[in-house]
Parts: sequence; C-alpha cells; structure tokens
Amino acid sequence: MSSLSARQDRIRAFTLLSPAYLWLTVAVFLPLSAMVFFSFLSDVPFGDREWHGTLENYQEFFQTSTYATLLWKSLKLGLMVTGISVLIGFPCAYVLAKVIKGRSREALFLLVILPFWSNSLVRIFSWAIVLRGNGVLDFAANAVLPWDVRINLMFSPTAIVIGLVHSYLPYVILTSYLALQAIDDSLIEAARSLGAKRRTILTRLILPLAAPGILAGAVLIFVPVVGSFMEPRLLGGRRGTYYGTVIEDQFVAVFNWPLGAALSFILLAVVLVILGAFSPILRRART
Amino acid sequence: MGEVRVEHLVKTYGPARALDDVSLTFPDGGFFGLLGPSGSGKTTLLRAIAGFVAPDTGRVIIGGDPVENVPVEKREIGMVFQNYALFPNMTVAENVGFGLEVRKVPGADRARRVAEALELVQLGHLGARKPHQLSGGQRQRVAMARAIVTQPRVLLLDEPLSALDKALRVDMQIELKRIQREIGITTIFVTHDQEEALTLSDRIGILKDGRLVRHGPPRAVYDDPQDAFTARFLGEANLFSGTPEAGGLRLADGALIAGCTSSTAAVRPENIAITLQEPEAPNRLQANLVQQVFGGAMGTCILDWQGESLKVIGRDQDMQGLPEQGPVWLSWDSAKTIALNG
Repeated sequence: MSSLSARQDRIRAFTLLSPAYLWLTVAVFLPLSAMVFFSFLSDVPFGDREWHGTLENYQEFFQTSTYATLLWKSLKLGLMVTGISVLIGFPCAYVLAKVIKGRSREALFLLVILPFWSNSLVRIFSWAIVLRGNGVLDFAANAVLPWDVRINLMFSPTAIVIGLVHSYLPYVILTSYLALQAIDDSLIEAARSLGAKRRTILTRLILPLAAPGILAGAVLIFVPVVGSFMEPRLLGGRRGTYYGTVIEDQFVAVFNWPLGAALSFILLAVVLVILGAFSPILRRART
Repeated sequence: MGEVRVEHLVKTYGPARALDDVSLTFPDGGFFGLLGPSGSGKTTLLRAIAGFVAPDTGRVIIGGDPVENVPVEKREIGMVFQNYALFPNMTVAENVGFGLEVRKVPGADRARRVAEALELVQLGHLGARKPHQLSGGQRQRVAMARAIVTQPRVLLLDEPLSALDKALRVDMQIELKRIQREIGITTIFVTHDQEEALTLSDRIGILKDGRLVRHGPPRAVYDDPQDAFTARFLGEANLFSGTPEAGGLRLADGALIAGCTSSTAAVRPENIAITLQEPEAPNRLQANLVQQVFGGAMGTCILDWQGESLKVIGRDQDMQGLPEQGPVWLSWDSAKTIALNG
C-alpha cells in the first residue's frame, strides 16, 4: 500500500518536473553537448569541410601565453566589476529594505529593475554618447566647472567597467535586498537595546546575515562579466580585447568554432574551480 | 537599577492617539504588568521607555535621569522581544555575551558573566548551540539571559510568553518571577493575558485607547476596578444597572442591591451562589438558567436575566443539584458588590 503510493508520488513528481527537464535538455544540455563535440574537432563539420577529432584546440590555449593573459585580464575585470557592484549595490539594497517604507520603495525598485527592460545594445550606445569626448558628460562638466576640462572616457577600461557595472548592478541589489528583507527588524532593535552602535550592528549582524545574498549576487555578476564581450568591444574599442571578445571572434569573425568552443570550456572550468574554492565560505554563510 | 517614571506621554500616529497623556511610576525593583486590549497603547508605552518610539511630548525618566533625548543604545535597558530576536548567526553564548562584547568587557570576565547568566536561566550546558537548535522555552530563557547580563537599569518584556504553549507558559511564569526576584531588577512587561498579569506582577496598569485607566496592586484593582471596562477586562464581571435610591440600587425587575450607591454594580461570577429556593441574602434576584458548562473541579452556569447574559462560576459539587434549565435564585454577600463609577 505504502510502496504503491510512494510509486504514485514518484510518477506525479516526474510528471510535474518533466517540463523543467525537457527545457533543461533542449536549452542547456543539447547546445552544451554540441559545443563539447565541436571543441574536439579540427574544423567545423559543415558543408564539405574535412574534419577529424583532435585535442589541438585545448593545446593551443597552453602553447601561447596570449590566451592565459587575456583570461587573467578578464578575471581581473570580473573581480573589479563585482567589487564595485557590491560596494554600490549593497548600500542601495539596505536603503531599499530597511530605510524606505511604503510607496516610494516601489518606485525606487522600478528604477533598479529598469536597466533590465532596456536592450543591452541601446544601453551600451547610450553610455558611448555620455562618455565620449564632446559627449554628455564632457558638456555637463564644462557647463558647471569654471575652467576648461576634457573628459573622454570612451575606449578605456573605465568605460568598460562603467558599462558593465550599470548592466549587472541590479543583480546584487536584488539578491541583497531579498537577504536584508529576511532580517527581522526586531534583531536590529535587540542589538540596539543591548547597546550596539550602527557600525557594530552592520558588521556583527547585518553583513553576516546578508552574506549569502551578497555572495549570490556576486556570483551572478562575476560569471557573465568574465565572459562578457559586448561591453569590452563597444566601449573599449582597440583596448577592449578580453577573453570573451576572443571567443566571440572565433565564432563570428574567424569562423573557428572548435577553438572558440574549447576556449569557452576552459573558461567554464576556471570559473567552476574559483566557485568551488569559494563554496566553503558560501556554505558557512548559509548556516 | 532604579525607578522608571513617565510623565504626560503623548504619541500620535496621524489622527490616532497611541498614548494620550500617560503618567505612571514603575517602582524600583518591582514587577509591573501593562495590560490592555490590542491597540490600547501598551506596546507603544513600552517602546517609548525603551527608546524605539519618540513621544511627541512628555518625559521618560530612568533611574532619575531624563532619557527622552538618549538613543536606545545608551539607555542601559534590557529587552526581551515577543519573538525573542536571538541572533541566528551567533551561538547561545555569543548571543548572551553580545551586550558585554559591545561594552568591551574583557574576554575572561565576559565568559564568566555569560556563564553566570546562563546558569541563572538554567541553560549552563547549552552555550555552544545555535538558536535554531533550541526549543521555544529555551529560546525564551536565552533572551532573558541576554537581556540581564549587562545589568541594565530596567528590564522590558514585550509579551514574552505569548509564543509558548499553555503548559510551558505557566512554567515560564514561575521561572520569570524567580529570575526577577533573584536579581531584583525593575521589570515592566506587556501582556494581553490578564491571568499572566495577575500572576506575575506586584503592580499592574490597565490601558485603553492610549489612556491609563487604572493602576495599582493586582488584588486592589481586581477587588475594586472602579469602572466597567476594568471590571470586565480584569477577570470577569456581571454588570447590573439601575436607579440608586435610599436603600441601594434598584434594578429593572424590582430587585434591590443593598448598600450600593452608584448606578452600576458589578459582581464577580465566583461570588454568586445559585439556589433553587429563594435565599435569605440581602442581594438576590431571579434569573433563568440557560446552560451549564462542566469544567472539572469548577463549573460555569450561563444565565439569562432581563435579556442580559450572566455568568456564575462555582464548585461542581455545589451545582449538581441544579436543573439543566429553568428559573433559579442568585444571591451574594453585600461585601462582594462592587460599585462602579458611571
């Protein structure tokens, strides 16, 4: 009787989960499998091209220092963008969750989400208009300041960081907000009644309790930023060569899909290793 | 330690008056229960003493020092919250030691005082646990230990027992009283449970719509509630209204409550006797027995008198001779008549 109902439960669970599994298979598993396959080929298996299985694509990464240097550059970019986003995003989330009440909170929330609703390409070109010489920023600064200034941030690492932070900031705000929202106000009141000042409450109570949310947001930002190519290309110009742009080149310009796929999986491996190294901290933060 | 005093406290939220000119003294070392229905302002009063609520006007004086402009963290208070508000990221010992850590008490001294506080609440062995590994009663004790370890001037309890089930609540009431006696700290607690207030407090204050209706020792307030709200809120009361005349209070059915000079009288359900024959007592009236409720040692009778519902509580053995329904006589001692104002 109980084994029968257990079986029924399993069937029902499977039925309910099947759309999700189907989606994962079609959207994640199949494309990734195809890319794994490509990464071990000598050439794209399209038309009448000659191809055979090889490890050369992976070897190429280690044969020159170029790729490793670019990967390191991309990881540094990821760290920087993540760091700046957390530094800006966490205080924003704190204000949203604990300071502002009522309707103005909803309005501000909308402003936070807004970048999500605009096309990323439009967003990047808007930044180009703001950041270039004789651009909006240059004009505004000259209108306010009495002396002559030249502001041309376009095609610089700064421009790339600004564009990326703007794109990914909402992630850390949202995850931090949720974590902060879960902290009962009475905990903060209890700490105050025990004599704790703001700074103590922040370091001993709020940051430890919100850490899982902050880390989740950081991971959500770090991973895509390391592989980003659009912002570096459009805002970085000639200096915007990063690991992500190299991978993009392999697919779009050079048409060397196997190398592009291999570079992608090396990136995936590196990111997984980094996340694996951080997972004890993530796990400790959760308890 | 010290006496706590509030003077003419007013706090408004929009048009609503949460506190309406409340003045009250909480004696040094006493256990003061603030009682009232929800929305009566009792929690607002407690939070104003703690410093979480800034009163519009009025004064709050703790141990002789006016503290209206002193922030919560400098008021030297201990507070126990309704949900205990234990810090989930810290162990029990870290929770209890937090107030000492903030005050930069050195490690060895801190550990000793934490151990003492945990010993006082009989949780000496659980210091290494995390709050989520504790039962409700244990959390309550940790919250107590955390609030008193800093030796605050006043201990504030916001419905401290309402999250516990009944049996545990009774245990904790005794425990709370023991701890409070042992350290002799001025304690103010808020509750909506009148029995809890009567059991724990040496003085109680009853609030209604932001006003302090009555305060004093529990027995004094219970025996002489003075107004209908207090009579009904603290314990139960049968109210009789009529016209006062020379001999007493004349009721609508012609019965006379002897010696009562006001227009409303209250009689506690436990002070009324029910008989089938007309009794000799000076205060007697005839009512219709509607329902008997068996409650173990004590039974409750619901009666109808002139369209109003009355309640009588008595020993079950005294009630066994009564019919299920029908006319009966109610009587009581003149000393048990409570005259009410208005």
